[in-house]
Amino acid sequence: MGAKAENGVKPPPLAPSSFPFPFLRTLKLKTKQQELLIRVSALALIYVLAFAVRLFSVLRYESMIHEFDPYFNYRTTLFLTKNGFYEFWNWFDAESWYPLGRIIGGTLFPGLMVTAALIYRALRFLTFAIHIREVCVLTAPFFASNTTLVAYFFGKEIWDAGAGLAAAALIAICPGYISRSVAGSYDNEGVAIFALLLTFYFFVKAVNTGSLAWGLASAFGYFYMVSAWGGYVFIINLVPLYVLVLLITGRYSMRLYVAYNCMYILGMLLAMQIRFVGFQHVQSGEHMAAMGVFFLMQVFYFVDWVKYILHDPKLFHSFLRITLTCSISVGALALGIGMATGYISPWTGRFYSLLDPTYAKDHIPIIASVSEHQPTAWSSFMFDFHILLFLFPAGLYFCFKRLSDATIFIVMYGLTSMYFAGVMVRLILVATPAVCLISAVAVSATIKNLTRLIRTKSKASQTGSSKGTSSLKASAKASLDQALPFQRNAAIALLAGAFYLLSRYAIHCTWVTSEAYSSPSIVLAARGAHGGRVIFDDYREAYFWLRQNTSPDAKVMSWWDYGYQITAMGNRTVIVDNNTWNNTHIATVGRAMSSYEDEAYEIMQSLDVDYVLVVFGGVTGYSSDDINKFLWMVRIGGGVFPVIKEPDYLVNGEYRVDKGAAPKMLNCLMYKLCYYRFGELTTEYGKPTGYDRARGVEIGNKNVKLEYLEEAFTTSNWIVRIYKVKPPKNRW
Amino acid sequence: MAKSTSSDAQMLIRSLRTAYAATPTNLKIIDLYVVYAIVTAVIQVVYMVIVGSFPFNSFLSGVLSCVGTAVLAVCLRIQVNKENKEFKDLPPERAYADFVFCNLVLHLVIMNFLG
Repeated sequence: MGAKAENGVKPPPLAPSSFPFPFLRTLKLKTKQQELLIRVSALALIYVLAFAVRLFSVLRYESMIHEFDPYFNYRTTLFLTKNGFYEFWNWFDAESWYPLGRIIGGTLFPGLMVTAALIYRALRFLTFAIHIREVCVLTAPFFASNTTLVAYFFGKEIWDAGAGLAAAALIAICPGYISRSVAGSYDNEGVAIFALLLTFYFFVKAVNTGSLAWGLASAFGYFYMVSAWGGYVFIINLVPLYVLVLLITGRYSMRLYVAYNCMYILGMLLAMQIRFVGFQHVQSGEHMAAMGVFFLMQVFYFVDWVKYILHDPKLFHSFLRITLTCSISVGALALGIGMATGYISPWTGRFYSLLDPTYAKDHIPIIASVSEHQPTAWSSFMFDFHILLFLFPAGLYFCFKRLSDATIFIVMYGLTSMYFAGVMVRLILVATPAVCLISAVAVSATIKNLTRLIRTKSKASQTGSSKGTSSLKASAKASLDQALPFQRNAAIALLAGAFYLLSRYAIHCTWVTSEAYSSPSIVLAARGAHGGRVIFDDYREAYFWLRQNTSPDAKVMSWWDYGYQITAMGNRTVIVDNNTWNNTHIATVGRAMSSYEDEAYEIMQSLDVDYVLVVFGGVTGYSSDDINKFLWMVRIGGGVFPVIKEPDYLVNGEYRVDKGAAPKMLNCLMYKLCYYRFGELTTEYGKPTGYDRARGVEIGNKNVKLEYLEEAFTTSNWIVRIYKVKPPKNRW
Repeated sequence: MAKSTSSDAQMLIRSLRTAYAATPTNLKIIDLYVVYAIVTAVIQVVYMVIVGSFPFNSFLSGVLSCVGTAVLAVCLRIQVNKENKEFKDLPPERAYADFVFCNLVLHLVIMNFLG
């Protein structure tokens, strides 16, 4: 692998004969140019690879948006391209959270939408007549390719160009990153990881060079990150922590001052331009670390400067005493007053649950109910990282051997992000760039050492045979010659082993991408009885039925999971959606779903509901349906309305839907809507009618009668069921 | 005891003054600019305490423009100071150009934020 051999080892004059690329010799390129050509072509291939590996679902299904959140992003991007930036920035949406509405312009992160709209405009300008949906679908793979480039430059900054290439190659196919950036996953993280790595790269470059220009670039990178994702809080806490560590360990320098101050002040100002973030940088507890370190830095460097101009240590000590007491007291007083009066808000539940993982389960059931917020299992780590999991400690070892400002940064990034990845599954994504970079250091350093062993052996044997004058030298060289063959073989064997591991990594990543992370989750696929593929397109069938068969101002009540999809594809007003900003409103819907039909009817009348949509997996065996989510509806509803009690729906603490189920469960609205007419259906050969394939039992209440609702539409595989709310009866 | 601390303080101030007098003139100009910016920021904070903080974005943009330009001037001073060995390869024109450019960006953002 000539690409990994670096400028430290000059090839001996006999090199051209052993060089495996004869055509390069004909081009008469010098070694440096050969190396550059190999590097550039490797990077180009990695760029294309990162894009191509994310295209599985486009090839297998079609070019469509996946999951739930991307539908909201798609809808807003559509609005942006149609109505322009001013309308977008000031948009009040009356079609969701009926009757409250939602201030979309002020409650979203616009980075992703603006990026996609800009790409769309640019392509249109070049007269590519492309639909905005295609741009949205392919934005994430495009930015994943750009991330590999940034990873190359970052690796070059930390270690050397070989590590940069290895980092780019590792991050191009790492499943931890692929999971949130496949084609079709049009979500904030696709762009945010690029922005994160870019900001960190610019900041490390600023610390290394001490230039204001790089500091400004990192401020702009931070601005892009703030506009793209709520995870920017990680940057604004990691960078001050890094500065603190450098100050404490005595590795501070003037360059650090220039870099941090430029980034903090300009970054903070730019970040406050995003309406959703607002004044949080000066008012929220999560951002106070950065401000504290800013002030600490001013004091620290001022004291340092005074020490420098005063050449008398005794005077300096008294000065130091005065300033320290003053600044510590002022700082503590300000912080104390701020927190006591509540001006500085404490850490919000979303981020507090990262520090105390048990907090959400006890206090905020909505956060606890999201599957991505659960703690990570070891199998997830292995699944998402494979060999990087043991290359990470190896890389840490190499980084500690050669500590510099840049390696300290990457070590801190790696360790903090690994902690958070352990707390929440979703945050494996944030840890992935750090793990890839550190593992790349290990890979590059190991392979470099091994190839150097192989090369110097051949060089030493040549020089040994040409020189060898005194007997002492001859005997020494002789012993060296004797030890050489085994070392060389061992080095070759280790190198082969390393390449085997890397090839297994590539195979694993491709398999994981193909099997686990390329499903659109709005279209389900299964294997039929004869092995052929069966596609369930029920979701889109239902949403398009809504779009074409209901009146334009109809209001649809469903669980909050489906809100974004209903507004984007069905184009109807919904009561609650995935934004989950209003817990009481969601609890009202939860209460309606868990009450008896007449109580639910009153709630639905108060909310002007025209249609109710439920998801039911009993016929297909689809297990993410509303009956399996029902207990969360009960818990969230019960959190606000004490009339809903969870034990009413359980039998001996067990959740059942068959004959032994609790009577409230058998007669609540959700049960009735899911199992209406299901008792007459035979779902599986040899089982009685009304056999629920997702729960594996025969249902308890087969004779469901609806008084206030009527069935409007059931999809072909019974996955989505829509009911119309009947108007109140005439009085006579 | 009090006498020794006051005499200590006097000696401290005197030696600070003599040490500072030795700095070159261009650095003293930058220091003057920094002091001016900080004083302006303090005046704005005092005004806010008297009058109230609405509209908050205007107050923030005013204070942060002063603090920002002071900090950037300190960075310029660091880069231009001949005694800093880390920056001896950096031509002072480049440092000044960086300073001007960053200030430009700072004030553009401030003008957008002023409201």
